[in-house]
Amino acid sequence: MTAVTTTDMKSKGKRTPKPYTNAIIAGVLLGLVLFLVYFFTGDGLGASGGANRIAIWLAKFVAPGWVNSTPYLIKYGGGSKNPLDSFIIMLDIGVLLGGFLSAWFFGRFSFETIKGPKIQPSTRWIIAFLGGSLAGFGARLARGCTSGQGLNGAATLSVGSWAFLLAFFAGGYLLAYFVKKLWF
Amino acid sequence: MAPFDPVEAFGKPLGYLIFVLFGMGFGATLEIAGFGLAHKLVGQFYFKDQTVFKTMFTSVLVAMVLIFLTAGMGWLDYDRIFVPSTYLWPGVLGGLLLGIGIIVGGYCPGTSMVSSASGHLDGIFFVAGVMAGGLLFGSVVDSFWEFYNSSYMGRFTLPEWLGVSTGVIVFVAVVFGVLLVWGSDAIEKRWKRREGALTEEEVKRDRKILGVVSVALILGALAVMIIGQPTLADAWNNNVEKQALMAEGKHLVPAEEMTQAIYDPLINPILLDVRNERDYNLYHLEGARRVDLEAIPGLIEELLNEPDGTVVFVMSNDEAAAVEAWKMLVAKNTVNAYVLKGGINGWIEEFGEGEFVPIEDHPDDALGWIIPEARGDKWPSAIPEQPHETKPYEIIKLQKKAPTGAGGCG
Repeated sequence: MTAVTTTDMKSKGKRTPKPYTNAIIAGVLLGLVLFLVYFFTGDGLGASGGANRIAIWLAKFVAPGWVNSTPYLIKYGGGSKNPLDSFIIMLDIGVLLGGFLSAWFFGRFSFETIKGPKIQPSTRWIIAFLGGSLAGFGARLARGCTSGQGLNGAATLSVGSWAFLLAFFAGGYLLAYFVKKLWF
Repeated sequence: MAPFDPVEAFGKPLGYLIFVLFGMGFGATLEIAGFGLAHKLVGQFYFKDQTVFKTMFTSVLVAMVLIFLTAGMGWLDYDRIFVPSTYLWPGVLGGLLLGIGIIVGGYCPGTSMVSSASGHLDGIFFVAGVMAGGLLFGSVVDSFWEFYNSSYMGRFTLPEWLGVSTGVIVFVAVVFGVLLVWGSDAIEKRWKRREGALTEEEVKRDRKILGVVSVALILGALAVMIIGQPTLADAWNNNVEKQALMAEGKHLVPAEEMTQAIYDPLINPILLDVRNERDYNLYHLEGARRVDLEAIPGLIEELLNEPDGTVVFVMSNDEAAAVEAWKMLVAKNTVNAYVLKGGINGWIEEFGEGEFVPIEDHPDDALGWIIPEARGDKWPSAIPEQPHETKPYEIIKLQKKAPTGAGGCG
């Protein structure tokens, strides 16, 4: 991938990163994890729900009154409810741990900013935050993100999840042309 | 039978730990696929890197085949696993926003966490954005609450929508999915060859992997189609727990207990009358809905969308037909149901003293009283009376509902 440039902060003495696993093998492994979580717990995988709960947990420190008076937030963190007391948080802790261990083990862990060659790191941070906000908002609206709605629903044959996935890819492809400068 | 509830089985610390382990598997597989790197993800939308399609669809197909294979064998109860409810238009709009989010920000929520865990600063900014976007949603959702809850179709699956068996859907999905993965792979190979980023050896190895996985998936889907999904009768025959319950007579709820449940604010009672139209028109309990035995399987889907605390009471003249209906309702452990002990005949005997003349020697499960007029629920005894005192339930147990809510993303 010649187009990718990174701004290394600690590039000295770094191990050579191992190449990524074959996409099909990674897919088989991910499919096995998805199947096993369904088989043993009845619940699927998820990611955005945990981020949302952490955000509400943080918001409770800054503005407990606001959390307690916003109907949508009450059900997660109203009153004495601990928004972190959920299996979704546990999944997310696992995602961070598993992602970190894997990156570390294969020599791919590094403090850097992944960005296209034509933009500054600070620009990249701003658009990452912006894109994240859109994704965070969209995930709440769709009642799930690419994992919770996409992976789970596609594997269990939910009509709404297939519609969601079509819209997800449509959104990406439609806009790709206009933001190419951000990436290549 | 699977699935299980780890938190219920092992308590919180250990049950939660199991979810952490599954999360670790999830995070690690995303990382080895390269999804901690924004270019791997956005490359999909510029036809440069097809990892997203290849990994995502492979994983969906693998999980799909295994879920329906184990369900077909009677090992996994499909009705008790989380299937995201369909809210069509909010889902589509949310999907569009996530699509825009990935092309602008480089990730989706799950992959941004893996990116952060790999040390990538852009991933951390994306996660912060996800949190901010979620809070923003929480504070403005009231202004479009109606849209947010619109086009709700419940637990709505492709086989139901298309009216085709699950096996056929899985097979067609696998064939199309495999074709899509092959197509993506061909596009990617062409691009990478032009850039000189691929050796012939790598191409050969990739083809081999793709071939083996494709064949395995198609064979698996064929097996799903041949085995089929368990019918209610199969499910009942496998359900030793409910068979034992029936052997002890714990499927029969006395009239008094049912009446108390009807007035219980914590219970959402549904009364099903499975007698023929004639008997129903002559006499039925207030609020009872008549259904033919044959219509019970179709009704189960509908009952799955009822709220927590729903209890179904089935009744026939005596008990035989009601028990048949009950077996279907509880076969998959999805509906909390009981049979009215003694049926309508017993009810009239208990509450309609002197209202009607009994018929001596009536056949089993036929109406045992001479009812002169088709007054339905307008007979005095047809309205269950609120009991003066409440006793603890002996038969009725409130059963936890199968997950249909937010599942992995709640």
